[in-house]
Amino acid sequence: MSLLTIRDLRVTYGTGTAAVRGVDLTVAAGRKLGVAGESGCGKSTLALALLRLLPPTARLTGEILLDGEDVLTMKWGRLRAVRWAGASIVFQGAMHSLNAVHRIGDQIAEPLLVHRRATPNAARERVGTLLEQVGLPAARASAYPHELSGGQRQRVMIAMALACEPRLIVADEPTTALDVMIQAQVLRLLERLVTEQDISLVMISHDLAVLADTCDRLAVMYAGRVVEEGPARDVYDAARHPYGRALSAAFPRIGDPASRLAPRGLPGDPPDPAALPPGCTFHPRCPVALPTCASQDPPLAPAAPGHRAACVLTTGSPA
Amino acid sequence: MTTTVGSPAGAARRPGTTATAYPRYLAGRLGGAAVSLLAVLVTSFFLFRVLPGDPVKAMTRGVPTSAGQMATLRRQFGLDLPLWQQFTDYCAKALTGDLGTSYQFRAPVGELIADKLPATLLLTGVAVVLYSAVGLWLGTRSAWRHGGLGDKLNTGVALTLWSVPSFWLGLLLIIVFSVGVGPVPGLFPTGGMESGDETGPAYVLDVAHHMVLPVLTLVAVGYAQTLLVMRASLLDEMGGDYLTTARAKGLRDDLVRRRHAVPNALLPTVTMIFINLGHVAAGSILVETVFSWPGLGGLFYQALSVPDLPLVQGLFVVFAGAMIVMNLLADLLYPLLDPRVGR
Ligand SMILES: Nc1ncnc2c1ncn2[C@@H]1O[C@H](COP(=O)(O)OP(=O)(O)OP(=O)(O)O)[C@@H](O)[C@H]1O
Ligand code: SF4
Ligand SMILES: [Mg+2]
Repeated sequence: MSLLTIRDLRVTYGTGTAAVRGVDLTVAAGRKLGVAGESGCGKSTLALALLRLLPPTARLTGEILLDGEDVLTMKWGRLRAVRWAGASIVFQGAMHSLNAVHRIGDQIAEPLLVHRRATPNAARERVGTLLEQVGLPAARASAYPHELSGGQRQRVMIAMALACEPRLIVADEPTTALDVMIQAQVLRLLERLVTEQDISLVMISHDLAVLADTCDRLAVMYAGRVVEEGPARDVYDAARHPYGRALSAAFPRIGDPASRLAPRGLPGDPPDPAALPPGCTFHPRCPVALPTCASQDPPLAPAAPGHRAACVLTTGSPA
Repeated sequence: MTTTVGSPAGAARRPGTTATAYPRYLAGRLGGAAVSLLAVLVTSFFLFRVLPGDPVKAMTRGVPTSAGQMATLRRQFGLDLPLWQQFTDYCAKALTGDLGTSYQFRAPVGELIADKLPATLLLTGVAVVLYSAVGLWLGTRSAWRHGGLGDKLNTGVALTLWSVPSFWLGLLLIIVFSVGVGPVPGLFPTGGMESGDETGPAYVLDVAHHMVLPVLTLVAVGYAQTLLVMRASLLDEMGGDYLTTARAKGLRDDLVRRRHAVPNALLPTVTMIFINLGHVAAGSILVETVFSWPGLGGLFYQALSVPDLPLVQGLFVVFAGAMIVMNLLADLLYPLLDPRVGR
């Protein structure tokens, strides 16, 4: 059985923004799924939904099965027990995701104590081990976040995510704020630790090249939906969806900030979630759109073995 | 990608967080406070020279005095000297701790102030501590459930009380709880600090009994400011990503608030609380008057009406001095609370 199964997940913010519009994904135990897409396509919303961390005004429907248990219908007590112990998150900006007035050692130890995984003394010892695992001296436990470099802070976030030995780690653009060399180091570190400890990984990035290199499978999101999903190398080298092709062409090398908002060769802006185009939401920007695309919205359907895409051109002729 | 596996990215310390930073900071703040105190000394001398009225005439009001006697008095108090010489005399004495002699009481200003200071410190000290605590607590609750009924009620009541004149509220409390209204018996004394015949523990209780209404008045009109600052500060923190991290870790809501949000939100309020503590010496002239509290407020009122220049100057120096000292304490404490400020 897969560790994580997302079925028809929909998230609508209190403002009326439909940020996620029917996502189906699965992650097998010990495997790595990459999620790619332009800014605003709903990647972070998806990540936060996995542990029900969205603002209370957001409406969620569908199913998020973590080890067979639906996160969306869990009681609060059970949800708190699953948070971090079952699945943990590496957030984007480590400067803001760490508490500035607490020592990093205390912040890493906190989930261990909250989930009663260790006594205070044992927790202190484990913090040292965790810090060394991510390549920081154990003595850095007494440092405050502002005393560390960006890369070191992100390592602390990774150590923290590993603390309770979760089954799943969600990494939401774990390296966006870092410079290119550090990005690669931190990504390698995360990949290695997750593999060694047999933890499943959902890695979110706008950068398809990075994901292709790290993950087993890749999902491409557009306007709150998965438009393509398949084995990582297939999606990167031979994307079936025109948007997937544009994305993989857009990132010739890791971490080029200029390509973040405007993938190369793709005209126009991502659609406004408040005013989505009818038919295939990608059709105003699609270089190969057919006349019928403006009215017909193709579902995600098999396009090759183990590979799905949501495009009329790959799943058969329009009805 | 052809990058290597991350090598230990060791202890890259930032400059400026060395062990010598705090002593230097300390010296800077102490120097600043000393300069401010000197400025206060100078200002206090000139500020009150503009008060209308001739001190010697005021001193001898109602007593038949000859021109010769007036001249003697003038000489005695140094009022016949040129202004600049009065000023240098005043400064020289002040630096040795001598604040001069009161015109009306014919007693050293320092002694007069020392006599009344404890009563004021007790009353306003207790009031400031209480209203800071109440304000922080209610401000936290308000912000955490912002926009809700509790929040609206909370801020509404606080703002209403804030806009009430303190002497009016004091009088109202006296009428209701001291004099007694209808079925309400007179529960508290109308004024003063003690009944005069108690000793030991009974004396402490007696003073506490006298303090209830004036403290209540000061707390009621004073807590709104702390509440609003704490509320705004916590609202600022509530969007913080580190709170999402704390929730993701599985912390209960109250732990997220107490352990993560409040310590960050408290930082901006620390300075304000110390400024309020700085008001301790000046007390509340109006409330002390309404409740006949034997503190500095009443003394200041008496000094102004003469005008008793040495006493007015002395009180001004003490009031401003308390302010400067509390500001200094806030400056010294802040780096110890916020690790981001160099220490
Ligand atoms: N708290 C919120 N309230 C209302 N709308 C929101 C909220 N958070 C995000 N949105 C909207 O939901 C959509 C998806 O946002 P999300 O943060 O999930 O995108 P993303 O793919 O993570 O983008 P990025 O790459 O910039 O991080 C956007 O249109 C955004 O404006
Ligand atoms: S369905 Fe039409 S518009 Fe949408 S991606 Fe395929 S070709 Fe382009
Ligand atoms: Mg995001």
